Amino acid sequence: MTISIQSVAKSFGRFPALNGVSLEIADGELLALLGPSGSGKTTLLRAIAGLEFPEAGQILFDGQDMTQVSAAARRVGFVFQQYALFRHMTVARNIAFGLEVRKGAGKPSKAVIQDRVEHLLKLVELEGLGGRYPSQLSGGQRQRVALARALAVDPSVLLLDEPFGALDATVRKSLRKELRRIHDATGVTTIFVTHDQEEALELADRVAILNLGVIQQVGTPAEVHDAPANAFVCGFVGEANRIEGEVQAGRFSAGDIVVPAPGVANGAATAFIRPHELTRAKTGAGGLRLTAERITPQGPVLHVEARTADGRRLEAAFARAGGLGFGVGDQVEVAVERAHVFGA
Amino acid sequence: MTSIAERPPAGVRRPLFRRRSAIPGFGLTLGVTLAILSTVVLIPLFAVALKAGQQSPAEFLADAFSQRAMAAYRLSFGAAFIAAAINALFGLVTAWALVRYEFPFKGLVNAIIDLPFALPTAVAGIALASLYAENGWVGALVKPLGWKVAYTPLGVVVALAFIGLPFVVRTVEPVLRDLSADVEEAAASLGANRLQTLVRVILPALAPAWLTGFALAFARGIGEYGSVIFIAGNMPYKSEIAPLLIIIELEEYKYAGAAAIAVTMLGASFLMLFVINLIQAWARRRA
Amino acid sequence: MSRRPANAEPALVQAGVLAVMAAFLALVLILPMATVFYEALRKGLGPALEAVQNPDAVSAIKLTLITAAITVPFNAVFGVCAAWAVAKHEFPGKSFLITLIDLPFSVSPVVAGLIYVLIFGAQGWFGEWLIDHDIKIIFALPGIALATIFVTFPFVARELIPLMQEQGVDEEEAAVSLGASGLRTFWSVTAPNIRWGLLYGVLLCNARAMGEFGAVSVVSGHIRGLTNTMPLHVEILYNEYDFVGAFSVAALLCGLAIVTLALKTLLEILQPQTRRPGH
Repeated sequence: MTISIQSVAKSFGRFPALNGVSLEIADGELLALLGPSGSGKTTLLRAIAGLEFPEAGQILFDGQDMTQVSAAARRVGFVFQQYALFRHMTVARNIAFGLEVRKGAGKPSKAVIQDRVEHLLKLVELEGLGGRYPSQLSGGQRQRVALARALAVDPSVLLLDEPFGALDATVRKSLRKELRRIHDATGVTTIFVTHDQEEALELADRVAILNLGVIQQVGTPAEVHDAPANAFVCGFVGEANRIEGEVQAGRFSAGDIVVPAPGVANGAATAFIRPHELTRAKTGAGGLRLTAERITPQGPVLHVEARTADGRRLEAAFARAGGLGFGVGDQVEVAVERAHVFGA
Repeated sequence: MTSIAERPPAGVRRPLFRRRSAIPGFGLTLGVTLAILSTVVLIPLFAVALKAGQQSPAEFLADAFSQRAMAAYRLSFGAAFIAAAINALFGLVTAWALVRYEFPFKGLVNAIIDLPFALPTAVAGIALASLYAENGWVGALVKPLGWKVAYTPLGVVVALAFIGLPFVVRTVEPVLRDLSADVEEAAASLGANRLQTLVRVILPALAPAWLTGFALAFARGIGEYGSVIFIAGNMPYKSEIAPLLIIIELEEYKYAGAAAIAVTMLGASFLMLFVINLIQAWARRRA
Repeated sequence: MSRRPANAEPALVQAGVLAVMAAFLALVLILPMATVFYEALRKGLGPALEAVQNPDAVSAIKLTLITAAITVPFNAVFGVCAAWAVAKHEFPGKSFLITLIDLPFSVSPVVAGLIYVLIFGAQGWFGEWLIDHDIKIIFALPGIALATIFVTFPFVARELIPLMQEQGVDEEEAAVSLGASGLRTFWSVTAPNIRWGLLYGVLLCNARAMGEFGAVSVVSGHIRGLTNTMPLHVEILYNEYDFVGAFSVAALLCGLAIVTLALKTLLEILQPQTRRPGH
């Protein structure tokens, strides 16, 4: 199902949570809503679910206006941040709930419901745990139950609010892959909210980045990472050295750091340089001279915290293979392969 | 270009009263709530104010602040204050014992604290009256000391102490329980002795709850009737409480007079309610 | 020297605190209760049983039960409605509404009775109209029920509001997003979560409804065998110096209080968060 969000606005008291948000989501897509807390991402998700009602704008499902339709009638699957499992019902009853509350001809028979529950328990790899109560499950298992419960109603769209937020790091990683697998198996249009850029980039087909109730950029993970639309996206997605300086005639400079800035108007500007976009230069080749202050291994790279001659802090990442050839306190010359410069 | 994104945004639909909620039933339940609240509580309370207002101000003042009424207020408020103070002291001791110590029949003691909430006030009244009468178990005991409890203002204090006890215990208890031990351990590690820790660390932390409990007990005592009239003696100017005066006025068909005293007492109740809310706001700020 | 933790008092102080508590509780709570049963059984079990089987006593017991049967369900329905509106939704003036719901606890029971006399009594607003239409409210069951509803008004609501606020709206939102109707959401999701709290409120409401004296005393008219509730019957017997009779009926009410406290303790074990300072 396609979802079309058109100029949606919503405020809480004087605080505008959504400020004219428009977004198109394709059928079967897995989309991440990424942003810092207070950016409006959860409000947008809840508006799609019918748990909040916008003050302006429209939300269309397959071209049909759903803006004022109640949550109960939207047939969305919503996975809550704290799961919101029904604590007095077993896992199986939790999953069956959405089918059992249907009325009249739409209500499946008991056998059908039971089959569906079994199927879903298998899908989320919780076979045999149908008789347990939520309090008897681990955090990761509760997450899966919440997912199965949302999928039981055969939702037209699956919405997840910070689905991995309450889990510890290792469970989070494995569940991430799980969600991708389940999405690919069911093909249901899926939107999830996260503040963790790594999670968004790893999992989603496309990422929509929000800040202050406005969408900053929508694109594939590669697009938002490599071609950020503005300073906010550049700073929020991926690591970057942030340098305040000035642009004159297409060149950005801040002390020793000088990088090309084609098309940026003259005046104050901010440059972002990702650590891996600083590369080793031959000594005396006119590169940027840094003094290494701290070197830490991070997987395949060595992370170097360094300072320029005029005292600016920069972080760089060099391949670990073959060794660095310098240590803490040594000087090293680097070249800036690429920088993103945005005018003020 | 005729892309849908350029269509004018739909009209702003901001509900006048509240934002629309995803959970249904708000209109119905709030409607029922307000309707019942108005018919059962608010309109009747308004009626008594209206009744009192039918008199001229001079008449009202003469009824509300006659010498007999003033004596009754003095007794009701004074006894309620003393009883609340007694409860503040012994209620704190009781809460302390319940939270900090282990002792036999603790569960039973814990349950019996709430007896004043469960026992009909008239039963409490006759029981206290016969217990503290001159020939009662306790009354006979204190008689040689020259103390007369039942049928004196002291009896009123005893009855109100009974009524108010759970208020102090049950407001102080949870706060005392949540008071983490490490604060006291920190005080001890900084060289404070037990008494210093109590006075300078624990009591200040309990103060808002303690004061709230006192105020609740006091407020309840002002209006209490059932447990008091049996033990009070009910002598005009001496041992007659304000609620009894309302009943006496009613029995004499002096409706306006009854309403005048009732309005005065309602004023006091609202003032207490306001004070209690202030204390609780203060407690929240400190929490 | 014995070692004790930094946050404990010397044994002597502990013993002192316990002794003060025991003495105070004995004087104020335990001895009065013991007195009730002692006075009731002063002349043996026979007269006591006779007193509670007296026709006037029986009709007082019936009236008390009828009053509770009207009052408690009424306030339970009100409490659930109010808690649903207040705890599950956001709206301006919410805390003011909660204060208004709590208001009857701050009003003297005698004033509570008086307000209905001023409205429905012979001299009241609707007095003449009621007499013309031969409807009796004051000095009759409706007045007793109204006054009792007033004094027990907040019990269920103030028990449920904090409980439901604490439980949040997540489960209800989940139910709604799965397609459940409002009523279905309440019965399947909310009701199981609040049942002990609801029972707790109902229990306290019932105890007060059966035991209310001041408010009922104003509106009842004390007509023997007709508009006397149990507490009023106790008063009449006591004022007639029929102490065995008075204390025998009082002992029944005392039994009610003990059952209430026992059930209350049980509910606190079943749902620990119900315990909070109450009325």
